[in-house]
Amino acid sequence: MDVLAAALQQLFTPYHLMLVLVGTTVGLFVGAMPGLSATMALAVLLPFTFTMDALPGLIALGSVYMGAIYGGSFAAILINAPGTPSSVATTFEGYPMAKAGRAEEAITAATIASVVGGLFGVFALLLLAPPLAAFSLRFGPPEYFWVAVLGLTLIGGLSSGSLLKGLMGGALGVLISIIGVSPIGGESRFTYGFPALQGGVELIVALIGLFVIPELLVMAGTGVGALAKSKLGTARGLLLSTTKKVLSMPGNLLRSVIVGEIVSVIPGAGGNIAGLIAYNEAKRWSKHPEEYGKGSLEGLVASESSNNVTVAGSMVPLLTLGIPGAPPDALILGAMLMHGLRPGAELFTTQGALTYGFILSMGVSAIVMLPIGLFGGRLIYQAVVRVPPSFLVPTVASMAILGSFALRNSMTDVMIMLALGLLGFALKEVGFHPAPIALGLILGPIAETGFVQSRLMGSSYAIPYLKLVESPLSQALIALCVLAIVWPLVSDWRRRRAAKVGRSA
Amino acid sequence: MTLLQRTLAIVLVALMGVAFAQFPERTIDYVISFNAGGESDITARLQQPHLEEILGVNVTITNRAGGGGAVAWSESQRSMRPDGYSVIGVNLPHIATQPMERTDTGYETENFEFITWFQFTPNALLVRDDSPFQTLDELIAYAKENPGSVTIGGSGSNTANHIATLQLEQLAGIDLTYVPFTGTGPTVPALLGGHVSALMSYSPMAVLQSDQVRTLAIASAERLSFLPDAPTFVEQGIEIVSGAHRGVAAPPGTPAEIVEALTEAFEEATRRIAEEQEEMGFAIIYVSGDEALELVREVTEEYAAILETLQ
Repeated sequence: MDVLAAALQQLFTPYHLMLVLVGTTVGLFVGAMPGLSATMALAVLLPFTFTMDALPGLIALGSVYMGAIYGGSFAAILINAPGTPSSVATTFEGYPMAKAGRAEEAITAATIASVVGGLFGVFALLLLAPPLAAFSLRFGPPEYFWVAVLGLTLIGGLSSGSLLKGLMGGALGVLISIIGVSPIGGESRFTYGFPALQGGVELIVALIGLFVIPELLVMAGTGVGALAKSKLGTARGLLLSTTKKVLSMPGNLLRSVIVGEIVSVIPGAGGNIAGLIAYNEAKRWSKHPEEYGKGSLEGLVASESSNNVTVAGSMVPLLTLGIPGAPPDALILGAMLMHGLRPGAELFTTQGALTYGFILSMGVSAIVMLPIGLFGGRLIYQAVVRVPPSFLVPTVASMAILGSFALRNSMTDVMIMLALGLLGFALKEVGFHPAPIALGLILGPIAETGFVQSRLMGSSYAIPYLKLVESPLSQALIALCVLAIVWPLVSDWRRRRAAKVGRSA
Repeated sequence: MTLLQRTLAIVLVALMGVAFAQFPERTIDYVISFNAGGESDITARLQQPHLEEILGVNVTITNRAGGGGAVAWSESQRSMRPDGYSVIGVNLPHIATQPMERTDTGYETENFEFITWFQFTPNALLVRDDSPFQTLDELIAYAKENPGSVTIGGSGSNTANHIATLQLEQLAGIDLTYVPFTGTGPTVPALLGGHVSALMSYSPMAVLQSDQVRTLAIASAERLSFLPDAPTFVEQGIEIVSGAHRGVAAPPGTPAEIVEALTEAFEEATRRIAEEQEEMGFAIIYVSGDEALELVREVTEEYAAILETLQ
């Protein structure tokens, strides 16, 4: 308790609070730009933190991280672009809401959900870090494989309409993810002699291509902006009524933040997977699954609350074990090492005031997202609504190109983005949704790596593949996979039978 | 003077100006072929302010990740201007092994102007601190009785970690199971969670994780000053001295005097950050000039020989 008091005292100085405010704001705007991810924002910031003291340096990094993950929701809602990979699932409901003239409601709901998620993550980090870290270590290569398979079963829930097209899209995503140097083994695949393709297709580049470009082409073709139905001028009491709506779904919020926490403490699985799983679970448990894909507030809240949990959640393995839970955490580890801080028990004892100060600063950052987000969000929203399509399309297109380039300073990535954009447009015309493709892209490499590693780990077994089903955790995950595949079939069959009985009666 | 003479005079003066201009006079782009936050990137960012002070110009760091470094390396040999204003971080054994194992790597191992090798991270064999293996001998004895059942995690395939594991198998006459991971980061939870019996990692991991792991052996010629309790492979009778080197190179064709100026600057910057680097587990070296290319050749030959026995 003493250490918490000391931490609070250190944190609540004007300088530190200003850093939180500025960091969160900067993060928000960076996250809102499609292609500029949280990792990139932290990379640019990192050298500046070397010259700062340890606490302010970490506060700046943590606040930018928090703001960026939340900022991704703006681009997702307003232009169908996942601003960061974490907001993929936000596009599923956020953009349809915006198209229906409910953009402001969507932004407000995303803000409140993000604040709830961010705060939950901080509390879990403060109170439960050691047991959560121990839990995360139980995931080895076989378990990662099954987590990825479990993730792929989401395709059933995400492919609105044709399941076959969903599965084909998922397979296409996995195939695209195979391009480049293989994660295990190191040989290059599908590069057709182009050295530049050894780098493969970067996730965010593919996401921009598949989500943003088709939408821009439609806008350019019809000459109608996506937000044509939106009116300026805030509806009275929107903040209050939306807050009420969000908080009146405590089950959804709780489920989503718990999903976010579990996913984020497993190193290697980040906000993108958390958002997708939370979204799918929200749909499975929903009383109105028919609203999904057409602008369901529930789905939006599930995605946005869970992805902001991952900011503090991924710090659990980082601070306790020195294992970065997600790519942005690697940069925070870098900053810590630079200041002579070594992750582990010592961080919570001798360095307690500093560590808890850092953790609490992320909580403060989550809280200040509320005013900054509501104000900044409205600014961005108004800008997007006011700008006519003839300006909006080229502006967003140049942001998409800039974002694809900036990731690895690569023109090849821009070409890949444009090619996938055209492919995405053509596929959309014949009824393929980009979501299953994105899922395949995200989970393909995790499944492949886990599978090959498990096979190698079992080399001395009579049947090496038994390694995949050896641990109780693997078996539990397999059971979940079976359930995820069978459950929709069973409930479908029941519904049909009930309908039949209803008719014959 | 005629117009022609005057033009010639101006051209001549301009040319002399170019020849005598002090290098450098504008921003130097320092390309890192790995992501921000990795060890190569962090080292470059530590060097950056010192380089700027020494050279008197801005130094920008550009991350161009992909293909385990190969994307940026192939571009540096094909399209980077050899004027000293573009330099690129290079890693051994990566630049030696990649062209051996892939057909489309797009660069040649020796086709760089090596400025200096400034860092060495020897391989380190690590176990969890509650592991039954107290010494390297105990691990070897167990592996002899249970062929293939000792799993060794490491970073990637055909990397320094992988090759050192193969060397250990050959020299000790044992059968181990090497499990590659996608970088050093994911190997740590695999060891701490008990998914592999040991790690073949690098010295910084032994320092970073010192309160959770035990270092059974380290592949440096002598004990490291920052890990005095970690015995070497050599003193335990296994002749393995290997690891990963980091350095910096200019694209092929960069003039010798410019490479020399850069060598001086990078060596001085390395000297200034040496203490911080050693605390983080990096051994500091100053291998420049002809020795730099010599090191590349040695490593290439060594790895070619080991990879051949694998075929």
